[in-house]
Amino acid sequence: MCRLFALTSEDPVSPMLAIKALDVMKEGHDGSGVGILLQDLGGPFEEMKDAPILSGIFSEKGIRRLDLFMMDQGFLTKYKISLKIPKKTIEGIPRRDLYLIRAYELPEDWDNLDQEEISKRLMMMRLKIREMGEEKKDMIVFSFWPDTIMIKEIGDPMQLAEYLGLDRKELNARIIMAQGRQNTNYAINLYACHPFFIRGYCTMTNGENTAFTPIKDFLSSRDFPGYMGYQSDSEVFAHILHYSMVGLDLGLDAYKHVITPLQEDDLQQHPDAQFLSHLKRSCRPLIIDGPNCIIGTLPDHSLFMVQDRKKLRPGVVGGKPGFFGFSSEICGLDAVIPDRDKTKDIQPMHIDTAIVSPDRQEVKICRQTESLNLPL
Amino acid sequence: MSSNRKLEPSSLSLNDLPWQIRYSNERCTLCGQCTAVCPVKAIELSVFRKRRIKTSVNKNKDHSNQYDTFYGIQQKTQVENACIGCAMCTMACPNDAITPVKNPGLDRLKFHINQKGIPRRRGGRRNSSFSVLDRIKFTRISMLTDPALDAGRHEFEMRTLLGRVLPPEENMKRLKEKGWIPPVREIYPLMIGGMSFGALSPTMWEGLQMGVAYLNEELGMPVRISTGEGGCPPRLLRSRFLKYVILQIASGYFGWDEIIHAIPHMKEDPCAIEIKYGQGAKPGDGGLLMWHKVNKLIAAIRGVPQGISLPSPPTHQTQYSIEESVAKMILSMSMAWGFRVPVYPKISASSTSLAVLNNLTRNDFASGLAIDGEDGGTGAAYTVSMDHMGHPIASCIRDNYLNLTKIGKQNEIPIFAGGGIGKNGNLAANAAALIMLGASGIQIGKYAMQAAAGCVGTEEDRCNVCNVGICPKGITSQDPRLYRRLDPEDVAQRIVDLFLAFDTELKKIVAPLGRSTSLPIGMSDALGIDDYAAAERLSIKYVV
Repeated sequence: MCRLFALTSEDPVSPMLAIKALDVMKEGHDGSGVGILLQDLGGPFEEMKDAPILSGIFSEKGIRRLDLFMMDQGFLTKYKISLKIPKKTIEGIPRRDLYLIRAYELPEDWDNLDQEEISKRLMMMRLKIREMGEEKKDMIVFSFWPDTIMIKEIGDPMQLAEYLGLDRKELNARIIMAQGRQNTNYAINLYACHPFFIRGYCTMTNGENTAFTPIKDFLSSRDFPGYMGYQSDSEVFAHILHYSMVGLDLGLDAYKHVITPLQEDDLQQHPDAQFLSHLKRSCRPLIIDGPNCIIGTLPDHSLFMVQDRKKLRPGVVGGKPGFFGFSSEICGLDAVIPDRDKTKDIQPMHIDTAIVSPDRQEVKICRQTESLNLPL
Repeated sequence: MSSNRKLEPSSLSLNDLPWQIRYSNERCTLCGQCTAVCPVKAIELSVFRKRRIKTSVNKNKDHSNQYDTFYGIQQKTQVENACIGCAMCTMACPNDAITPVKNPGLDRLKFHINQKGIPRRRGGRRNSSFSVLDRIKFTRISMLTDPALDAGRHEFEMRTLLGRVLPPEENMKRLKEKGWIPPVREIYPLMIGGMSFGALSPTMWEGLQMGVAYLNEELGMPVRISTGEGGCPPRLLRSRFLKYVILQIASGYFGWDEIIHAIPHMKEDPCAIEIKYGQGAKPGDGGLLMWHKVNKLIAAIRGVPQGISLPSPPTHQTQYSIEESVAKMILSMSMAWGFRVPVYPKISASSTSLAVLNNLTRNDFASGLAIDGEDGGTGAAYTVSMDHMGHPIASCIRDNYLNLTKIGKQNEIPIFAGGGIGKNGNLAANAAALIMLGASGIQIGKYAMQAAAGCVGTEEDRCNVCNVGICPKGITSQDPRLYRRLDPEDVAQRIVDLFLAFDTELKKIVAPLGRSTSLPIGMSDALGIDDYAAAERLSIKYVV
């Protein structure tokens, strides 16, 4: 089982906070990898909110190929962070040439494009770089999106953070998601490492997804190029989130109705029964069967947690106005926000979605039995 | 016969028959029950003469010849009286003196069941007990990576959808604009497939209907039953129970005059309309109700004269192409119920099934596709059709599902699988395997007859006389002396037993796979098979 920790803070904080939480939850993961997402960035990136940032791992050859490709596309480097890797190798962490965090200036001929077109093109470029990298095994790309940094690597989270120097002052963010990985697959593929990101939507998940194959088949057949990969059965949660919010124009409160719809009797009692029964039927292949605890973030920097129908995975949300943490275990929260009012900690149950909106003032619990904010 | 008598080509000995009667003269009380009950008059009371020769080594003593007479049961060897192995004699015998035994050698009867140039016709199924479905195992067991569920105590929602499901974007759009959204029924994934009133006896049909009504009304299981092509009794058409019934129309249109006239009087819409184009047991051949079974009641319900054979044409005669057959007929049927009732075709599994499916994907009114595999049963068909025509269900379902997946319509047109599911008694395992291969639901026929009414038919060519109305259990007979053997209440009880047991077994399969909140349609990663070629063909894991 993996361990998850996410935080949302009014002021930018270091990713080391999240790493610290993973470290205290060490009993729950085997340290076989870590994935980190930073959004709503502080520091130097504060000034370039529109510049797409490419995050990934590159070999010397790969970076040269990338540079050629990006120049071809008309992208110029605006800012970069170089993660200096110590010369001494640490057992369990593979030797890489370069961890890339680089912000780009958009090409001039993109100036007149609308946001939707820019988003689409950025995604297509990420997919292209991924494809090029898979072909020659010289590039791994995690995200290419404004105000977003992703780092993923194999190894113990704390050791890795120290190894990569994640405590550096340029690296801080208001939204941080981190996952300590339990390796249940023998071969570790970094594309199988949470969190998963698609066009501003990002999720990480605890637990296996038993309904993975039908969900993957359904998403793959939506004729949307970004719905691909699926080296991990958890990648679908991010894509379902994107599909329900962008494809179907639903609110976050409907996400849980897509992945874990109410059972028939409860559904008929719901104020939006008709809408929900149509949603349940038409999105039937997207029903997850758990056991999963999903933590995710949206383009507006809301942070949320949902549990599967059976609520078979741990998850707790707590904090104080201006700073909230989402954690697999309470000890993770204790490590990062010891001064919170613990009586207000919330462990979302099988029909709850816990949301901290961008104002970061409170944890809202959205129950599946309540009315929906519908686009109707 | 005498050794010097002429032999006819079809003169058979007991050794040539597929079933041989073992009889114990010592135990027999000559009560006559067995000869009375035998549906084919394969046995008769006979007088046997036995000669006893008494000789002595003493040449002066008289040698004598003594003739004894005794009575016993004798098996006939005429083709028309060949024992069918139903073992009703065994059931009737108070002293366990008689039983049919399968000829361990090769019988020669099959070379002769074409007297007067008429090939053999029978009821039943393909005579092969092999089942690829029985070889499929469920290999993705949740244990420590994620907890297995408790089949007995966890909450499950094992339901499926019958009807055209719109793609999510389109569905939400039509909901918003108050457009027409095709009717969809949420039903139990195990259905009773089409067996007509006529093919089945009145007691059997009534029992099935009562069982289904009980499951729905008392146990909350939305089980559905197809009428088969033979119409529907007028009282049922006008009752609230019609909502549990799928009305079948086939190429003979039997009973549809009555149905159409009953539409204004219907209190409830039927669950769905099934248009039968083909049947797995006899693909490319029409339905057949032989004259033996067309009595006054059947004739009235079907709207035909009494005592004539009713062969439905192999195709719907008013239509000549797939576009006509499928599109127009689905539209007409939808229109008849104001577009409130799902309408779907039933076809026999075939290498052309994909073409039908592709056609349906472009027809907004098509609500699903039922595919009947080669192991499907029938009340009457030519043996050659049953044994040699058709396509296995597993690969056909898989091909069709994968095709839908390729075009992104796997949730839009539910595929229902039928034909030989549970043929060796493994109903839940076979059904779950097909669901994970891509079926949305399962139709059973023979299994219901075997489990709920004690049908004795097997893949060893046992009994199989459904066609001529002499069913010894009264299941497929229209002869009151026979069908009174079957109490509809008992059939209903057994139908309930069958579905409850199936439900538990299905949960016992899906719970360890970590599934409970939705039917695992297309969850092929859970499946494995110990045959490499089959694994490749079905795109599932090869496990040894």
